[in-house]
Amino acid sequence: MNSKKILLGNEAIVRAALVSGVSYVTGYPGCPSAEIGDEFGKIAKENGVYAEYATNEKVALESAIGASFSGLKSLVNMKSFGINVCSDALFPLAYTGTKAGMVIVVADDPSCYSSAQSEQDSRGYAYLSKIPVLDPSSPQECYDFTKIGFDISEKFNTPVILRTTTRCAHQRAVVEFQEINPSTSSGPRKIGNFSRNPHQFSTMPPRTLEMKNELLEKIKKIQAYTEESELNPIRKPSASNGAGKISGKQNKIGVIVSGVSYLHVLEALEELKLDLPILKLGFFYPLPEQKIIKFIKPLKKVLVIEEMDPYLEKDIMQLAKSENLKTEIFGKNILPRTGELDAEKVCVALSKLTNKKFIAFKTRNLNLPKRTARLCEGCPYWYILPTVKRLAPEGTIFGGDIGCNMIGALPPHSMYDYMFCMGSSIGISHGIKKSLQLGSGQASEQKVISFMGDGTFFHSGIAGMINAVYNKSNPLMIVMDNRITAMTGHQPNPGMGKNLMGEDAPELQIADIAKACGIKNIKVLDPINQKEFEDTLKEFLEKDEISLIVCKRICALLARRIEKNKSN
Amino acid sequence: MEKTFNLIVNGIGGQGVITLLTFIDQAAMIQGYDVRSSELHGLSQRGGSVETHIRFGKKINSPLIPNGKADLIISSELLEGLRETEKSGKQTKFLVNDFIFPFQGSLSAEEIKKQFASNKNEIHIIPASQVCKEKLQNEIVSTVYSLGYAVAKNLIPIKKESVLKAIDQIVPEKYKKLNIKAFLLANDHE
Repeated sequence: MNSKKILLGNEAIVRAALVSGVSYVTGYPGCPSAEIGDEFGKIAKENGVYAEYATNEKVALESAIGASFSGLKSLVNMKSFGINVCSDALFPLAYTGTKAGMVIVVADDPSCYSSAQSEQDSRGYAYLSKIPVLDPSSPQECYDFTKIGFDISEKFNTPVILRTTTRCAHQRAVVEFQEINPSTSSGPRKIGNFSRNPHQFSTMPPRTLEMKNELLEKIKKIQAYTEESELNPIRKPSASNGAGKISGKQNKIGVIVSGVSYLHVLEALEELKLDLPILKLGFFYPLPEQKIIKFIKPLKKVLVIEEMDPYLEKDIMQLAKSENLKTEIFGKNILPRTGELDAEKVCVALSKLTNKKFIAFKTRNLNLPKRTARLCEGCPYWYILPTVKRLAPEGTIFGGDIGCNMIGALPPHSMYDYMFCMGSSIGISHGIKKSLQLGSGQASEQKVISFMGDGTFFHSGIAGMINAVYNKSNPLMIVMDNRITAMTGHQPNPGMGKNLMGEDAPELQIADIAKACGIKNIKVLDPINQKEFEDTLKEFLEKDEISLIVCKRICALLARRIEKNKSN
Repeated sequence: MEKTFNLIVNGIGGQGVITLLTFIDQAAMIQGYDVRSSELHGLSQRGGSVETHIRFGKKINSPLIPNGKADLIISSELLEGLRETEKSGKQTKFLVNDFIFPFQGSLSAEEIKKQFASNKNEIHIIPASQVCKEKLQNEIVSTVYSLGYAVAKNLIPIKKESVLKAIDQIVPEKYKKLNIKAFLLANDHE
């Protein structure tokens, strides 16, 4: 039975995965993809699905690879930077291929609304990994493309990347979808069955090069498939719409577009009263080359509209060149490469190409003070950051990490001297500390303090910590353990004693891990005990080896929620 | 309704902006409109500015409202409301909660209101937070109160019945009463 409801793009992905028979859901929470894993956490059991958050994206992908090899359809969810973390497992996966279908959702964030480290265009991984990439524009397409993604995955034994962006993943619109009734459709959880097949599942030379050739053959087949795919529709100008005609030599202009920009193009054409042919590419990789050539051949000018990097533009230019076409290809020469696109930016570009008049709206600048993110009321970090800032000797170098502790970079704290990616604060602080002491053989005078949250510690902080112990530097590491992965919306992590499906799980102790990794100076404390915190800080800053303070105090929002649930 | 209705709901992370968005989306769908909206989560939700776009009408293309094209701004904080005047058109109406969430370097309520007063747009500044705190002992539903006001004053082409139905359809049972009360409070008030 089909239903129509308003769904968030991410919710549409969940519905489609269920309809496609997903059995195994894993990933790592990040914005704008987190609602996928969160929603599965709530509905997994009743739908006979297994859902987890893994310790990081690489482990998540490995987990899904295991499920796929055991015959279970899997969905992996992560934000843009997650694909960097999992890429090590991603590339050999393209070689081995999948057994049961796998869709990997990677959510980019043009304009960096909730991403700090870079404005990443993850589509580029298609070239490195040779894995098909689909690029939906709306919640309905999130639903349709996820379903088709599973079909393609099963048909060609390849993982499929569903690449979304903030304005697609966090867009709400009416979606038509197939309703699943858990009470009738779900039996007991599907059980996997691993049959040995090292020829296919192990990458080992000389087989590796054979596998590469097999992959290249596979991509050719998928390319033939994309030529016919309904995901790459051509929208012809409507003959009835006289308003859209442009006269003379300019009537041979077309648009090639992918992702959410398609919706901006429709808006822009209406605004400019233009009626141009559009080739919408739902497939980013591999491209339907023949279809593209056929589309651009009769045209004088083609505007390629894509957010961030000019991947499509370059490919299409190359295609035009190889076919000796005279069509002029436009793209980033008249569209911004930084920041998300919108209808106005598309209007500006189209007006340049068509000589249609368009005056962009003039905004006023009132010079209003900017409101940035800040620590919540009662946040335990209020007991940590100002105290460290006050007590640290002049010249101390502060390293920040990802998560709520990022706010330490903003006023009123404005503390961090560097900030990179998940778990990096300790790795970089080791490098700084080591550099400062090189040659002297002694710990440097200048102090380095690195901060990270509990989620980040489990994600990738541990490796950097081991490196600092092993290679003998002495930063002070402060893990701000607020008992949950807070920033992305309160997801469970290995330090909590609960897993995504709400079951009890082993509660890993950060201090025990650090001790086992060879850190001698460790203190676990509640930062509300300021005297104890201050004394420990002073003591540890004088140590010749690496030291660790675990500031353990629950996230204020979580504490309030627990209290509220108790009283209800 | 021939023309698309463009609504921006904004405020501070944690004020219930996205919850209100889901009510309006649902009510617009109940009235048979095509609807598309866009929101931001994550970093911006931690006490930062949150701006959401809601568009409904015959057929909606882009989820983003072009600068100058908003018909109504519902803002749950004074400075965030004022911020929207930077890109408002002549037709843009403002419905702003008389509430201030200050930060280092922010403007006083008086200064913000002065700047609003020099604006030629139709502006309603209403004590949504205060009323909800006094009458319902709950400020979080102040956005819902504002929607009630917008509907009562015909600032938005959404019917009272549609919102009540939307609340009934999407709000969990234990919060229904509170939301309905907050929504109706603005009607009773007039």
